[in-house]
Amino acid sequence: MGAAPASRDVTSYGMGLAAPLALFFLFFFVAPLLQLLWLSLHNDTAALHWGLGQYLHFLTDPFSLSVLGSTLLLGAEVTAVCLVLGFPIAWLYQRVGPRLQTIIILIVLLPLLTSVVVRTFAWIVILGRQGIINATLQSLGIIDTPLKLLYTQFGVVIALAQVQMPLMTLPLITALGRIDPNLDDASCSLGAGSWRTFFRIVLPLSLPGVIAGCTLTYAAAITAFITQSLIGGGQMLFMPMYLYQQASTLQNWPFASAISIIFLLAVLAVVSVFTTLGRLSRGYGGA
Amino acid sequence: MAEAQGGRSLVVDAVTHRYPSGALAVENINLDVKGGEIIALLGPSGCGKTTLLRIIAGFIAQSQGRIIIGDDIVDALPPNRRAVGIVFQNYALFPHLSISENVGYGLAARGIDKATRQREAQRLLELVQLPAMAERLPRQLSGGQQQRVALARALAIKPSILLLDEPFAALDKNLRLDMQIEIKRLQRVSGITTLIVTHDQEEALSMADRVAVLGHGKLEQFGTPSDVYDRPQTLFVNTFVGSSNRMPGVVISADRTAAKVRLDAGAEIIARPAGGVLTEGGRVTVCIRPEHLQFVGDETGFAGVVGMSLPLGATVVHEVTTADGSGVKISQARIGETRALESGAAVRLAPLAPSLANAFPATL
Repeated sequence: MGAAPASRDVTSYGMGLAAPLALFFLFFFVAPLLQLLWLSLHNDTAALHWGLGQYLHFLTDPFSLSVLGSTLLLGAEVTAVCLVLGFPIAWLYQRVGPRLQTIIILIVLLPLLTSVVVRTFAWIVILGRQGIINATLQSLGIIDTPLKLLYTQFGVVIALAQVQMPLMTLPLITALGRIDPNLDDASCSLGAGSWRTFFRIVLPLSLPGVIAGCTLTYAAAITAFITQSLIGGGQMLFMPMYLYQQASTLQNWPFASAISIIFLLAVLAVVSVFTTLGRLSRGYGGA
Repeated sequence: MAEAQGGRSLVVDAVTHRYPSGALAVENINLDVKGGEIIALLGPSGCGKTTLLRIIAGFIAQSQGRIIIGDDIVDALPPNRRAVGIVFQNYALFPHLSISENVGYGLAARGIDKATRQREAQRLLELVQLPAMAERLPRQLSGGQQQRVALARALAIKPSILLLDEPFAALDKNLRLDMQIEIKRLQRVSGITTLIVTHDQEEALSMADRVAVLGHGKLEQFGTPSDVYDRPQTLFVNTFVGSSNRMPGVVISADRTAAKVRLDAGAEIIARPAGGVLTEGGRVTVCIRPEHLQFVGDETGFAGVVGMSLPLGATVVHEVTTADGSGVKISQARIGETRALESGAAVRLAPLAPSLANAFPATL
């Protein structure tokens, strides 16, 4: 909402400065994307015959559609887990002293400081047949045979939720920090209990953070190749691995390209649903 | 309906509050507010007035003492069950709700249906003279309008007590006067017991039936505006409320109603013993307001040299340096041709009347 005339001047100067990055994107993002699109519009692996065959194949193949469906569902589940677990952390962060805040932010950021591969292997150690969870439950006599945690949807969701948690928590902390603490007091003094205050005031006003967190978590979760593959094992197939197999193992580049484009469009559709939901609620952009 | 709510009384009974660190926020505060009164809690920042407001509202549980609203001791009640209306300094309107929803928020929390809520909100918006704003968002309103909405929102729950936290601090000077008149009008209409927290003495003196002056967590004086201004009980009140010249001196003789004081500036004057008994030979601080000093032609009063003259519109303030080197301000009404005083002119000053000079035992 800056002053219009001043910002126009700044933008015209900035265009020249942005040129290197624009060129970089043009050559290494836009051009490959166009090449991908071009490739996907061929019916044969040699890319000689034009046609929509690859798309028709994907959209009529129940197996391919189920992979797409389970990937989108996985993203939704991970996002939901992150939101439910991340919101209380962000909420707590705004209500404790500065020393505890430092500790919380450290815990939130810690996963980002270790490699995804290392974290994923840690989850294999935790979730495996002789892993920490099964060993503990067995020694306590709660279960007789080890639970199957690894190579399950549950395992993938839990591991991904932990890996992507900062992407949800950080935007939420920012959004909750922008809410005037007097609003809590005002709501309370007007006779509202904690739950009403939360659902009528805190949640609507934190929606920009919720939307940002969900978008980031969702996009990261469905494209998390390493965690999906290692925790899911060979038994669970998601879009990134499916794509990888088609391109790398089967050398079917046009089909892999079509998968990419469809995946991209599906993600864009989900993200725009998030954004639209945010716009519809009046909390969006509110001061 | 808010108008029908008769003002309930408020008693702050020996309230003391300590911070977790052990430091005293407020100490042994006693206030007895009659139903329908406007009270100002006046004090400099950090004096504990906001803490006291938050204790009355229920946001802070006091360490000792009781809060009694009407006939009920409310200490055990959380803020959302005290029915205390608050207008926050920054108004704290809900930015994502329309004006009408803001005003109706407290009614919704009480489970009142939407149609009634809207009708009531509209009625209150008419009361605060903003009937056409119901569907707008708070950020589309000016500061003064937002304050009216905050007031309507607080009145909507028919509170037993209305608390205003620095209500005019964020408004510019002209708007401030309008809103002061407006709030006083609404208070008269509704008859609601009102507490205004402020650091602005003019605001306190003009708005309130009685003023409670707080300094360093203690209640310094609780009285009518003229009591506080003309008959201050402590040196703090005398210097914080209005401006005042502090002149050190020694008591020559004293009884209960008058004391003869020899000022260090070089004159004997009669002053009113304001802060307890004065002993002969004891050091005192005499407070005289700039407007209670006059230039005298004869040999009475004390001598000084004019330093600077500031014409402040209706009055002219002269700064005079006395014989002991301290500065004294004298304010004169600008009636007709006021004689201009040259810088460096020798003058003599005296209080207008003995009752207008207050002597306090010097604390050292």
